[in-house]
Amino acid sequence: MKPNKPAKQLQAFFDEAGRIARFTAWYFRQAIRPRYEFRELIRQCFIIGYQSLGLVVLTGFIMGLVLTMQLRPTLVDYGVESQIPAMVAIAVVREVGPVITALIFAGKIGSSIGAELGSMRVTEQIDAMEVSGTNPYKYLVVTRVTAATLMLPILVLLSDTISLYGAYLGVNIKTVTSANLFIWQVFDVLDFTDLMPAFIKTFFFGFAVGMIGCYKGYNSTRGTEGVGRSANSAVVLSSVMIFIIDLLVVQVTDIMGFN
Amino acid sequence: MDTRENIANTTDAVISIRGVYKAFGSNKVLDDFNMNLQRGQSKVVLGRSGSGKSVLIKCIIGLLTPEAGTINVFGQNVLNMSQEQLDVIRVKIGFLFQSNALYDSMTVRENLEFPMRRHSIKLSEKEANERVVEALKNVGLEHTIDMMPSELSGGMKKRIALARTLILKPDIILYDEPTTGLDPITGREITTLIKEIQHKYQTSSIIISHDMKCVKNTADSIALLLNGKCYTEGTYSELAISDDPNVKQFFE
Repeated sequence: MKPNKPAKQLQAFFDEAGRIARFTAWYFRQAIRPRYEFRELIRQCFIIGYQSLGLVVLTGFIMGLVLTMQLRPTLVDYGVESQIPAMVAIAVVREVGPVITALIFAGKIGSSIGAELGSMRVTEQIDAMEVSGTNPYKYLVVTRVTAATLMLPILVLLSDTISLYGAYLGVNIKTVTSANLFIWQVFDVLDFTDLMPAFIKTFFFGFAVGMIGCYKGYNSTRGTEGVGRSANSAVVLSSVMIFIIDLLVVQVTDIMGFN
Repeated sequence: MDTRENIANTTDAVISIRGVYKAFGSNKVLDDFNMNLQRGQSKVVLGRSGSGKSVLIKCIIGLLTPEAGTINVFGQNVLNMSQEQLDVIRVKIGFLFQSNALYDSMTVRENLEFPMRRHSIKLSEKEANERVVEALKNVGLEHTIDMMPSELSGGMKKRIALARTLILKPDIILYDEPTTGLDPITGREITTLIKEIQHKYQTSSIIISHDMKCVKNTADSIALLLNGKCYTEGTYSELAISDDPNVKQFFE
């Protein structure tokens, strides 16, 4: 009997999941074995971090400003306008900052990695690397995934900071709040249990974006059309993964009593 | 040349391919393929598109692994080699990719230095630079040393790729369709360059090509790949007068 379409799609889904899992397992195997590609890793950290810097700063600023402006009417109705810095801080640090920055990162870096490795695959550059005595997985994948894992948390910290600056300006559009008071209000509500889970999950976000971008690019087929598809699916899949990881982290931190 | 004669010549062969079988799913690409490449010889592998010519040379360099058979390079079977052994043998084999495979993110100089750095060739900075300049001189493109691949024309890219292939001074060069996609004049220049390189460095070569002008000018011997097998071998002049329709179709 021929399998029907949903069954085929389910099978294709599990096949793809299996391939991604194997590709990911290969990362850990390759990352711990010499030869280590430190020069390329540092180059990738610079490229990945630097490429996203402007976008992260801009979106972080807008995020804080808009969040503050949107919260104000509701909080004014309840007479708790003074709680705006605290609410924005909690929202930005725990959820909005990491997730929005990771999504921006997926759009910028995930697609760039997918397209770059995809084009290297279809133009035989990856084969040329192998012929030149280079382990292309180690040189291209391990360095990019590690760089993405290390850079996203730094970008999120930067984005959170800029976001709170945006919030400070937002608060001061209608009222006058000193910088000292704003900072005091922000840090009064934030503690270790807010910062650490949010910070730790950004490593997973970065890893997922890097890994999916590399997987899609490295396994690109069908010429230039395949390169476009790799870049596109890298963004879509890593965006979905960010939400899935976020959900899992919330569950885990809830169980551990961090919420 | 029949198989028995092929085996008899194995002792002089720098590459000896025996009973190689490679399939992609149900598509048999190489099926009991046998061929030798003698020292200093230039052999063209001729065949229709999709007949498995590129697969063959990718098996030789270890980019693809056949399901059966042996591929001896300098007497060592590449199919049984560890990654480290494969890297050692790859220093002796140059590979010119059909799409040139120049690294887009690197300058011409960095492209040429890459194989030297990665194969841990012990050279001072001055010696490495001299080697890069010499390789570029060989292809007549010294002025492109600090250019990016995107700034080069198709023919220039092919020459730079050839210079990169030469940088390790290989004993064997595998050319994957070196004139495909080039205009007739540039194609002729690349063919001349291949001949010059063979003469200057005394390399042994396997050339994959459909371009009969390139085949005529570069081939000491031609192997015809048909239905996954080495159908026949001979010189250009021998095969050009063949009555066999399978051979004749390439020379008409």
